[in-house]
Amino acid sequence: MELQLQYFLLLAAALFCLGIYGLITSRNAVRVLMSIELLLNAVNLNLMGFSNFIDPIGIKGQVFTVFVITVAAAEAAVGLAIVLSIYRNRDTIDMEQFNLLKW
Amino acid sequence: MDLAQGVQFVSFVILSVMMIGSALGVVLLNNIVYSAFLLGGVFISMAGFYLLLNADFVAAAQILVYVGAVNVLILFAIMLVNKREDFKPITNRWIRQGATALVCLGLFALLGTMVLVTPWSIYSGTAVLGEGSVVEIGKHFFSDFLLPFELASVLLLMAMVGAIILARRDFIPESLVPRDTSETEYSTLPERQRQLTSVGGESQKSTR
Repeated sequence: MELQLQYFLLLAAALFCLGIYGLITSRNAVRVLMSIELLLNAVNLNLMGFSNFIDPIGIKGQVFTVFVITVAAAEAAVGLAIVLSIYRNRDTIDMEQFNLLKW
Repeated sequence: MDLAQGVQFVSFVILSVMMIGSALGVVLLNNIVYSAFLLGGVFISMAGFYLLLNADFVAAAQILVYVGAVNVLILFAIMLVNKREDFKPITNRWIRQGATALVCLGLFALLGTMVLVTPWSIYSGTAVLGEGSVVEIGKHFFSDFLLPFELASVLLLMAMVGAIILARRDFIPESLVPRDTSETEYSTLPERQRQLTSVGGESQKSTR
């Protein structure tokens, strides 16, 4: 039983679909941010799989993964700060009630 | 990594079960604190996958950044917005959830067929860097990926300053708040008005 590239890609696809499901259906704003982290992790797993199986000499996929991790950290910090300030102003974290920009 | 094939396969199966189960818990559980801890489980199993894929440096970075920073940040955010609120029920919510699940399953089927049908050009040599991956990543960072590397550092600085400014409470002293001029402009935005009154009042009470 040798590990194939397809196993990792299928697993990343499953994680990506779970993340999209959580992103759309969850009503807690913090849970939406957690789902975004799941999406970014699925993309990272894809990049690492390609880096190991297709380009093991000049491991560019790992470099891109490090960049994605950096951007994900920045996104989490700013997103949680936005959630915090929305909570202070509206006194709720229900995604259905964030309708300031609705006409 | 120099593990036998069977060991690799068994650990792959264990890690994938752990990851999918934790991700299901993150999405489906009602208590958000459990979701946050299970998110840490997802990150740790992802680091295990990176070890299986001969990337020890990125596995360490994953543990440090995700489990050590992002997960703790999420837990702090949950603590700061700690409010037990029962969301108002929405009529026909199950239709939305069912439609979303259907779309996600369709997307998974699409991606799965794409993955299985595409002939990947697998590298057939035996060159595995293993220990030398850190050296290779460092060479990439300082030669052909130098500009994105520096841009990432600037992005981190901007995100830090932006997060501080967004999350900071504005304590506006009483003497500096103009009474007559800008009050009407602010009053068109309900948030700003509310923040000025409630937060300022609380700070006055708490400090004295």
